[in-house]
Amino acid sequence: MINDKNSQKIVDFIQNWARKHSIWVLAYGTGCGAIEIPPTMTSRYDAERLGVRGAATPRQADVLLITGYLTTKTLKRVIRVYEQMQDPKYVIGFGSCTINGGMYYDSYNTIKVLDKYLPVDVYINGCMPRPEAVLSGFAKLQELIAQGKANGAQKYKDNLDWYRENQKKIIPNWVMPEYNW
Amino acid sequence: MDSIWFKLLGVVVSFIVAFTVGMTYMGLSRKITARVQNRKGPPFYQNFIDAMKLGSKTSAIHHGVMQHFGPAFLMVSSVMSLMIIPVLNNGMWFSNLNFHGDLIFLLYIMVFGPLGMALGAGQTGNPNSAIGVTRGLSQMVGFEIPWVMALVALMIQYHTTSIVDLMNIQVESGTWLIFSSPFAFIAAVLAMLGMFRYSPFDIVGAPTELASGPMSENGGKYLFTMMSSASVFAFAKLTLYVDLFLGGASNLIELLIKTFVIYMIPVLYGVVSPRYRTEQSIRYFWGWPTFFGLLAILYAVFF
Repeated sequence: MINDKNSQKIVDFIQNWARKHSIWVLAYGTGCGAIEIPPTMTSRYDAERLGVRGAATPRQADVLLITGYLTTKTLKRVIRVYEQMQDPKYVIGFGSCTINGGMYYDSYNTIKVLDKYLPVDVYINGCMPRPEAVLSGFAKLQELIAQGKANGAQKYKDNLDWYRENQKKIIPNWVMPEYNW
Repeated sequence: MDSIWFKLLGVVVSFIVAFTVGMTYMGLSRKITARVQNRKGPPFYQNFIDAMKLGSKTSAIHHGVMQHFGPAFLMVSSVMSLMIIPVLNNGMWFSNLNFHGDLIFLLYIMVFGPLGMALGAGQTGNPNSAIGVTRGLSQMVGFEIPWVMALVALMIQYHTTSIVDLMNIQVESGTWLIFSSPFAFIAAVLAMLGMFRYSPFDIVGAPTELASGPMSENGGKYLFTMMSSASVFAFAKLTLYVDLFLGGASNLIELLIKTFVIYMIPVLYGVVSPRYRTEQSIRYFWGWPTFFGLLAILYAVFF
């Protein structure tokens, strides 16, 4: 009965519904995109009415929001934060810089394509994306969660070697603790 | 009707009521905060969705044995306080497992949960947790003094340490204790501001300052346990205030109205206040609330 396919479907539906309507965001203020988060959260656009809320620590968060460019130095911290988060977890790439480098396309010190280092579920493009774009990105993520397609974390676990190889190319002195995630 | 099984059934039912009502109240407080800040706010059942989501997290971390025990201690403390507080005053339903002297027992058991949580937070090794625990215990030293003074004043005035006796006195005499011992009520309500930890006394779990303090390493099911324990404890405390000062309630509707009125005091005081620093908070509680507590004891001794 418990392992029945149909009952599992019902459980998945209820869990995905709850996950969809309660998104706790860890807004990692890596780049200039962090300035768009306060207007999204406060009274003009009020993301809390959709269940989107700030989380204080990686342990409590569901979504890691990479706001803007990532320097090679920050990448290490972001990887550590991402691996501390609890499953199921999602990543939103925010702004053009996370897609192809944006205006930092020829910089020696930033990474260009975020998807090579962390599994991104939803991209929000624009430089800067306005709060409307951010909310539409959250709506897209909600849609993916409801369909059960936002499985970036599983992709990360399956292809860990490939991701680690890419990460270690950028970070020469890889001194990271072993996790029990 | 007096059999132990009947009472145990009452305890289970009152736990379910406490969970539902506490969660709804916390959701309503989020809604009210949002309306004060000119936002639309989440729906009032948002906390239930959050709890479901936290409960359905699939991974967890391990820092040590005490880390697992911390949230459990919180839950045990909340449920034990709920068990000895009579929910209704008609002497038949939900009278729960109270006994003579339960007011003194309650003073101890209400501190037990935060202490267990302090041990659990210490094991995680997160510096934010350690600072949060220090702040929480300091603040507890602050608000426990007016709270104990208010309760001691009631004990002296009515020569009893039983909650049921105090409720019966109010039913028999027809006046609520809020009128017959007003200073104790003022001291107790000012102490309650610290007990609920809304602003300006949210120094323990300050999200931006301390990364939510003692619970910073706890996610998923641990956070779910803490959230439900906080809801149950909130309901238990509100019911205790209604029992002690507002004459109890004869049915659930009356209880909901009275507890909601009491609950609005810390919430509405909180939404218009910024956060205190630790020493400001303690100084606050050792100021006017303690003064009113002393006044209540003098009133109880001499009148």
